[in-house]
Amino acid sequence: MALLEVSDLSKTFGGVLAVQNVSFSVEAGIVYSVIGPNGAGTTTLFNLITRAYKPNSGEIRLDGELVTGREPHQLARKGVARTFQNLQICMNMTAIENVMVGGHLFLDRNLIKGLLRFPSLRRADAILREKAAELMTYVGLAAYLGAEAGAMPYGALKRLEIARALAARPRILFLDEPAAGFNPMETAEIDGLVRKIADSGITVVLVEHDMKMVMNISDRILVLNYGKKLTEGAARDVRRDPAVIAAYLGKAA
Amino acid sequence: MTRTHYGLFVLAAVLLALPLLLPNTYYFDIANRMAINAIVVLGLNLLIGFAGQISLGHAGFFGIGAYASAVLTTHFSWPPIAALCVGAAGASLLAAAIAPPIFRLRGHYLAMATLGLGIVISIVLKNEAGYTGGPDGMSVPAMSFFGWEIFGERQWYWLFAGILLFSVWACQNLIDSPFGRALRALHGSEVASQVVGVDIARYKVTIFVLSAFFASIMGSLTAHYVGFVTPDTAEFPHSIELVTMVVIGGMASVYGSVIGAVLLTALPQALTTFEGWETVAFGAILMLSMIFLPKGLVPTLAAKFGGRR
Amino acid sequence: MLSQFLQFMFSGVTVGATYALAALGFTLIYNASNVINFAQGEFIMLGGMLTVFFLKIGLPMPVALVLAVAIPAAVGVLVEKLAIEPAKGAEVVGLIIITIGASLVLRGVVQIWLGKGAAAFPAFSGDAPIAVGGAALAPQSLWVLGTTAVIVVALWLFFNRTLAGKAILATSFDPLAAQLVGINTQWVLLVSFALSAAIGAIGGILLTPITMTSYDVGIMLGLKGFVAAVVGGLGNGLGAVVGGLMVGIIEAMSAGYISSAYKDAAPFLLIFVVLFFLPRGLFGAKATERV
Repeated sequence: MALLEVSDLSKTFGGVLAVQNVSFSVEAGIVYSVIGPNGAGTTTLFNLITRAYKPNSGEIRLDGELVTGREPHQLARKGVARTFQNLQICMNMTAIENVMVGGHLFLDRNLIKGLLRFPSLRRADAILREKAAELMTYVGLAAYLGAEAGAMPYGALKRLEIARALAARPRILFLDEPAAGFNPMETAEIDGLVRKIADSGITVVLVEHDMKMVMNISDRILVLNYGKKLTEGAARDVRRDPAVIAAYLGKAA
Repeated sequence: MTRTHYGLFVLAAVLLALPLLLPNTYYFDIANRMAINAIVVLGLNLLIGFAGQISLGHAGFFGIGAYASAVLTTHFSWPPIAALCVGAAGASLLAAAIAPPIFRLRGHYLAMATLGLGIVISIVLKNEAGYTGGPDGMSVPAMSFFGWEIFGERQWYWLFAGILLFSVWACQNLIDSPFGRALRALHGSEVASQVVGVDIARYKVTIFVLSAFFASIMGSLTAHYVGFVTPDTAEFPHSIELVTMVVIGGMASVYGSVIGAVLLTALPQALTTFEGWETVAFGAILMLSMIFLPKGLVPTLAAKFGGRR
Repeated sequence: MLSQFLQFMFSGVTVGATYALAALGFTLIYNASNVINFAQGEFIMLGGMLTVFFLKIGLPMPVALVLAVAIPAAVGVLVEKLAIEPAKGAEVVGLIIITIGASLVLRGVVQIWLGKGAAAFPAFSGDAPIAVGGAALAPQSLWVLGTTAVIVVALWLFFNRTLAGKAILATSFDPLAAQLVGINTQWVLLVSFALSAAIGAIGGILLTPITMTSYDVGIMLGLKGFVAAVVGGLGNGLGAVVGGLMVGIIEAMSAGYISSAYKDAAPFLLIFVVLFFLPRGLFGAKATERV
């Protein structure tokens, strides 16, 4: 049984059919990329699966369990984590606190204990802080361990989001354009990081426009065009599919 | 965490030293009023500064506490502690009931809803004259803990100082705790906090209730302290004063709340009605501080001198 | 029965028209600057108070009226220049506090200058009530409704048919884009404040013969105007007018049929009801947050 199964997912905004009857499944442990020209509905698809938006119709199953009706915050418990195309960093906190928030569900969040500073809370927090520092180093942000989130550059913040997502100990990680706005060198670094994450056993679902990166790291690819599924399959097959080439590059290629 | 302890030591030292410096009961009274406001504002700041929400009707909860104590001890001869608990429970329940629908709103709509809540509460208090004495208010017996009566500004001072110290400590704890971090994350990015599992609706309700709880308890104590309550403790101007103390002292700053309360209580007659020049001065101060110190006093100073919160 | 209902209707619609004007003022400024101007109520108060003052010092009515509209407009511009402009980019809470500060200053100044007493001036065309269906309609009510209608139509024409009006609308949708096509957004802001204040002042003048005026009428009038604007959907002109009338009518009906002590609570309870079902007001836009 696939880790993630999407059936007939559709979403309309006003008169715009952003996503139409998209179905696919993702096996555990692979790197699965969703690509498509700008406006094809890739980010919307992500938002539907991670419940930032409500679909108009269709089903989403995680490990066989129906999650279509869930609230966004409930998915984290199921082992789903994601990053955002438009950075969603808490600029009012430090970098390490941002990562610590990722580990939110693993701590005792009791209000009274918090007010009274129970020692058990303190200890757990200290452990989480260490773990967060480890994660920051893992994603290459060792230099920013003491930094305020608001003082960090764009590239670092994108990595910070990944660290935060990893702090949630996900089974499946959704990366929404992790290389957006990066130059080739930075993209190669992110490429390496994503590979590292995938190798550690986390299923990665990726939306990305940088074709080189996509072809490099993906096991399977889903191609969307105008909100509809164009094709889906193993990476090497998709790259040779004439319909895909036509959609991206125009017929003559 | 020594930074936190340092601040607390300073506060405790100030609170201990103050009685030696204050010349007479008039100054003790002002100090007491500062402490009362500071405690309410600490609770309100958790909601506004840390969680990034808004409440333009918080005086309503203060009024609920004040009148619960006044009515239950006067008309029904309840012991003050019981009345205080009932007031706090009532305020908390009201907050818990009204928060879920209200916090689905955003921005100005949320502000409007909280404003409406405060006004409705104050209107009810003003109109149920049979119980509350109407616009003229009613008198309140002295506070007593199990037979021992608190009398005089000095005795009250120690009670308020103790509560203030505890509140500052508790708030700082909360902010550094998992709960507090989730709250700040909520302020920073609701979307991001949802994605890591924060049930933002529940957190908003919880912090709203907590801040209502703070306000109600202080309302009850104030009623006994002053010996008299009037409906304007629950009215819009008082709500605005409280929000102003939060903003001027510094949102998302625990000591900012204390400083804000101290400063704005020291302005003469800032508690009940504004009269002529006081009004103009108060208004001018509001405008100038928000224009030149948009982050509030304490965070701006902290940024200048690099470090302490 | 019917005559009683009509009576309440008349007073509701009359005061509702004033709320509508206040709400329009909020809407104008909100559209231009995303600021809720808590000083709006004070402009209403200024209209009435200034008219009383000018009549008292012997100026003829027409002159007094013109001044009582022009001065608040100028004050509106002052508020924008001294309070809003310097605070560009402040957080919402901060801006709210600033306008509240401005309202306190205005109220305080009037309190010092003109005292705390209530005052009024005679209705524009006398007090003889007109009998309609058994209810008494004060002629001043017709003035209120008529003038409000004229203002609403004039604003509609201004915003939809003139270039200046469209420039203001464009700024409200996207200030940066408006600047880029050459619209002077600074001017738009000033005009919005001046217009808003003038409209509020007119409302205050019209209402004074009916309800009297004093230095602190601005608070409740402003708040209820704000309620009306929110109920109608912040930023929507039609919503402001509908909201204002709704608030006025519901208030009058509550005063009449339920209890006059609680009539002030009615608008605020209305807020809860409306916002519960329509979180962005009657005509407010549905927004989806882009992630």
